[in-house]
Amino acid sequence: MKNNVDRSKKYLNPYLGGILLGLVLLAANYMSGRGLGASGALKSTIISSVNAIAPDHAENSAYYNEYNSTHPEPLKTWLVFQMLGLIVGGFLSGAIAGRLKFKVEHSPKITSKRRLIFALIGGVLFGFGSQLGRGCTSGSALSGMAVMSLGGFITMAAIFGTAFMLAYFLRKNWI
Amino acid sequence: MGPLVINEIISANTNLLIAFLIGIGFGFVLESSGFSSSRKLAGVFYGYDTVVLKVFFTAAITAMIGLLFMSLFGWIDLDLIYINPTYVPSAIAGGAIMGAGFIFGGFCPGTSFCSAAIGKIDAIVFIGGLFIGILIFAEGYSLWEGFYKAGFKGIPKLSESLGLTDGLLAFGVIIAAIGMFYVGEWAEKKFPREEY
Repeated sequence: MKNNVDRSKKYLNPYLGGILLGLVLLAANYMSGRGLGASGALKSTIISSVNAIAPDHAENSAYYNEYNSTHPEPLKTWLVFQMLGLIVGGFLSGAIAGRLKFKVEHSPKITSKRRLIFALIGGVLFGFGSQLGRGCTSGSALSGMAVMSLGGFITMAAIFGTAFMLAYFLRKNWI
Repeated sequence: MGPLVINEIISANTNLLIAFLIGIGFGFVLESSGFSSSRKLAGVFYGYDTVVLKVFFTAAITAMIGLLFMSLFGWIDLDLIYINPTYVPSAIAGGAIMGAGFIFGGFCPGTSFCSAAIGKIDAIVFIGGLFIGILIFAEGYSLWEGFYKAGFKGIPKLSESLGLTDGLLAFGVIIAAIGMFYVGEWAEKKFPREEY
């Protein structure tokens, strides 16, 4: 129990964290006229890589073509710079709080291997879903809700609703 | 008056610097709030830790109210900010697939990078999965392009769809959020876990 108390003290109060995150999102809208995001930067990275490795393929494929026609330099985009900042910010916070450590975090009831297999599956699903849903939890759900986008509310409800529905079947992984 | 870059008060290159600084704030807040731990994140689905719910909805209402007040004071033109377009079928299906990814993997894209930044190997593997998933979407695009572009509704606001003013909708969202915070606090007492 003591351990838990120590830990919870080291994290920010969640309501304070939420207000600070809201102010970051507000600043993004005020200065850049847009919200936060994450998956868009990964998409830019992939498109940029495919452009470099297989330019013919990128030219002949509708998906890359559509993106390249509106984004001449995929890596010089707002979200790519924001994601680089996110990594720096996360690292700084972890360093200050003494949380920098290489480890596989998992429930004591499962092995590291099982955790990593499920992490990979989850990543593939989330990556695919973020493209179909035009943005992930940050870009579509959070930023979309802040500007009252109907699509943002729908995506948010679908993400959390599905995760709640499936939670029972995957409880061994977490509790 | 904001948005600064659209009104050409700052240049496109300055905007990228701002993106980087905003990202630092974003990552710092996520990590400090405990979003670098998949077991804290997944806790919301079992009730033992509802930090996701609290941070997410507090942030959404803070930004929502902030935008309304800034617009009221004439500091920002809300017609110039980006509002996500609405495609109903893909928003639901994409959201459902992301929800499955969340409960399998314990992260979303932003939190996985935040977690990888402090050395979590499961987060790095999740990120590998993200790249694979996006690549599958890109390579198979012709198979789901029709579905992806179906049901386009323009860029409606929820307030318009419900026939409410923005202020009234914001008020409703705040009330709903406070209700959820009560449920969250109750759940943490009902389903406590000593250590995770």
